[in-house]
Parts: sequence; structure tokens; C-alpha cells
Amino acid sequence: MKDQQDFDIRLTTRSKMVSKKRMTFWERMYLPAIVKGMYVTFTHLFRKKTTIEYPEVKRPVSPIYRGMHVLKRDEQGRERCTACGLCALACPAEAITMIAKERLESEKHLYREEKYAAVYEINMLRCIYCGDCEMACPKEAIFLTERFVPSEVSRTDFIYGKDKLLEPIDARIDVSKRQTPEVLAFKKDKTKLHNQ
Amino acid sequence: MNVYILFKTALIVVILLISLVIAMYATLIERKIAGYFQDRLGPNRAGPWGILQPVADGVKLFFKEEFMPMTADKFLYILGPSLTMFVALLGSAVIPWGGSLVIGDKTFPLQVTDVNIGILYIFAVTSIGVYGIMIGGWASNNKYALMGAVRSASQMISYELAMGMSIIAVVMTTGSMNLSSIVAGQHGFHWNIWYQPIGFLVFLISAFAECNRTPFDLPEADSELIGGYHTEYSSMKLGFYLFSEYINMFVSSAVISTLYLGGYNFPWMDHTGLSANLLALVEVAVFFVKISFFMFLFMWVRWTLPRFRYDQLMRFGWKVLLPWAMVNMIVTGIFYHLFNH
Repeated sequence: MKDQQDFDIRLTTRSKMVSKKRMTFWERMYLPAIVKGMYVTFTHLFRKKTTIEYPEVKRPVSPIYRGMHVLKRDEQGRERCTACGLCALACPAEAITMIAKERLESEKHLYREEKYAAVYEINMLRCIYCGDCEMACPKEAIFLTERFVPSEVSRTDFIYGKDKLLEPIDARIDVSKRQTPEVLAFKKDKTKLHNQ
Repeated sequence: MNVYILFKTALIVVILLISLVIAMYATLIERKIAGYFQDRLGPNRAGPWGILQPVADGVKLFFKEEFMPMTADKFLYILGPSLTMFVALLGSAVIPWGGSLVIGDKTFPLQVTDVNIGILYIFAVTSIGVYGIMIGGWASNNKYALMGAVRSASQMISYELAMGMSIIAVVMTTGSMNLSSIVAGQHGFHWNIWYQPIGFLVFLISAFAECNRTPFDLPEADSELIGGYHTEYSSMKLGFYLFSEYINMFVSSAVISTLYLGGYNFPWMDHTGLSANLLALVEVAVFFVKISFFMFLFMWVRWTLPRFRYDQLMRFGWKVLLPWAMVNMIVTGIFYHLFNH
């Protein structure tokens, strides 16, 4: 009995043996089968539709979904990024490039650190959305969000600069799902190799 | 006499417009129904419920590049879609859309021309339809187009035979080829479908084949002939081919309703107590309900059944439909001979 179970590798209980028996007259009429098939399609008219009308209705994403990046600002609206380049270094796809610049005295209200990213670009076609950049960031400046990267007609349009990545002051983007206390504790843990 | 000419002209214009608008919206309804059958929603972006979708499609077709293959025969290439469209629109001329309107002391029958060989006329017109396809397929100078055209021609010949045979039984029972007297003979609920169920079935199936609709869409056969006879067509010439398919659908639905479902007749039509003019309008509405049902059936079948294989198509036409139509004709003839004399 045990052997039989071991060799029984059917994937479904609904499979049927194929037989080549001659069809009966009724079956050869085909009309009953056609009516049956048309009944099946007719019932589908009243079924619940699976369509999700995209721009209005969005499909729920998983709690750890990683989509388009955001460059965060602090509470006073200053850019957090200091252009240290750790995200670019951590990036396995080499999608991130930046040009750093020194902050002027008159720009203190714009940038939090003494050095900032004058140019910050992510190539969205190279990016693999692994989230290593947000793990590497010491300034809590970059996060992956639930937003989608929309389609474009040209490859160069996928190189997102600060104009698209930076969080608008008046429309803050919630990253609390990614910036959990566990993540913050992990970042501060000096026993881990990456923080030494 | 002048009033009659005016009335006929108005009727022609109205019927032309109705056929075009119905064909236009049949494309949308087809896509909607296809969506619903497949648990989708279908087009719903252009206007509420997508009611502007046909307009958008039409505009798109008009602005598409007018492409013509270098080796195509220019005259025939243009003649093909024009002929198809022209012939598709001709069929509706003899169909009785309702009873008669009475204005003053004159009666206006709701039929463009009451030819005494109405059925023959419809047959003649629909069989010219295949020339449009054949010419278009030939003029494209493309093997797929030619294959589609040849298939279409052979399919038409095979199925027109069975269609004609099934109609002979109707003509025998009515004793007339005049469509208005055929409809008058089915007054009330004495529809031909009750007396000619087999003939109805044969005619219906042949009508599907004549319209090149699934499961008889071998001339188009997207998957094997990449569009068949209209492979090389673009812009509004393609639009004419696609559009005429829906007009054909509309006309054949009207013909089926006329011949077998009593045309504009409906049960208890003598006991409605309506005035003659109102009754005529109700009759028109009833007729359009029947037409809509058949158009829905066309779409329903299209999204249910797969396409025939070519040999199956031929075997079905010659070995199944034709014998059944003949048996039906002979049995009807014997019955008619025994009981009606």
C-alpha cells in the first residue's frame, strides 16, 4: 500500500483517461455540446469582472513592496542627502550617480548638511529595486516607496533626476513602512559589519 | 405621387443611417460583450461606458497611413472594399421594417421597395458580396490575402447552396418570394420557425458562414492567415471591410427575423388596441428587438466556439447542411402536397 502511494504522482484528481470510443448519435449532433458551451459563456456575462481600472483603482501591494525611490527632506524641509556616495557604492546595479557640491552660507535653509548632491540621478531601467541604497544611507535620505515608475517612450526618460526623486515640501511622502524602529535599530547596530 | 417619393427618400436615408449607426455601435457592443464573456470590462475609456469608442476608432482609421502594396492592382485594390461596402448596404432595401403608417388618406408602407422576388434579390446581393472579398484578396498580390479570398469564395458557394435549399421550403409554404407577403403570412405568432425548425437551423448556420463570422471566419483567420483577404489593407479601406462585416451581420439578422421569426409580427398584435400608426411603430420596435437578439447571437457564438478546420468546414457544408436542407425541402413539399390541396 505504501509503495503505491509513493508512486502515485498524479497532480490532480480530476484527470480523465482518454478514450477513442465512437461518439453516439447525440454526441455527433454537436448541438447539445454547443448549447452547453454557450450556456457556460452566458454565465460569464454576470460574473464578477477581474478588471482593475488602473489609474482610479490600484492593486494593493505587499507591505514590503519596493517601488520608485524618494529623496527625503527633514522636518524643516531641508534635503537630507549629503552626497556621501554610499548608496551608489551599495548599488549592485550601478544605477545611481551623483555630483556633490559644497553648501553656501545662503543655502542653509535648503540643505541639512554642509555638502549636498547638486545632481542625483537614478537610472530606473538599471535599478533592480533591491533597497540596498536605503540600507546604506546614513542620513535616512533615500527610501523606496509604493509608487510605480510610469512607462516612458525613451530610455533617457528613465534617468530620474532630483526633479522627480526629491520629495515636494508640500506633499510629503510617507515612508514609515520602510523606516520602522527595527530598521533604525539595525542601522545603529555597531556590531554589524556595515556600520563599523 | 410626390409625397410618396419624399417618403421613400426619407425612409432610404433613415435606413441607411440606422444601418451605419448600428454597425458602428455593433463594433463597440461586440468588444463589450467579448470583454464580459471573458470576465473583463471591455472598452470604457472613451466617454461614459465607452460610447465614443467607435468614433475614436473611425477617426483613427481615417488618419492612418493609406498604404498600397507596390505590386497591387490599383483599380481592383480600391474596387474591393468599395464593392463590399456597397453590396452590404444594398440588402436592407427590400426588408419590411414594420406595417404601414397612415397619414391622412394615404398609407405609407415601411419598406423601401416591395419587389416580388425579395428573397432572390437578397440572395443575389449577398452573393455579390464575395466579389468584394475575392477582388480585394486578389488585388493585394499577397499569398495570405489570396488564400483568404479563395477560402471565402469556396465557403460562400458551399453554404449558399444549403441556404437556398432551406429557403425553398419557406417559399413553398408561403407561396411567394415577396418578403412582405412572407411576413404577412406569419401574422401573430404563426412564425415560420415553428413549422421549419430544421430549415431555420440550416439557414442560421449558413448565415453565420455567409457573414464570415466565427466559427466560419476562415477567410480572415487571424491566427493562420494574419487577417486573410484584408492583410494588405490599411486606413479606411480596411475600415470598410471591417465595417461591412457588421452591416452584413445587421442585414442577415434582419433577414433571419423576417423569414423565420415573423419579421415585425408579435403575439396578440391584433388585441393591443393601439392606433394604426402607433402599432406600426411598435412593430418596428419589435423587429429591432429580434434583430438585436440575432446580432447578440452572432457575437455570443463568436466568443464561444472555435474556428472550423478547412476540411471540417467543407464536410459540414456539403455532407451535413446540404442533405438536411434537402430532406427539409422534400418533407415540406410532401406535407404541402398532402394537406394543402
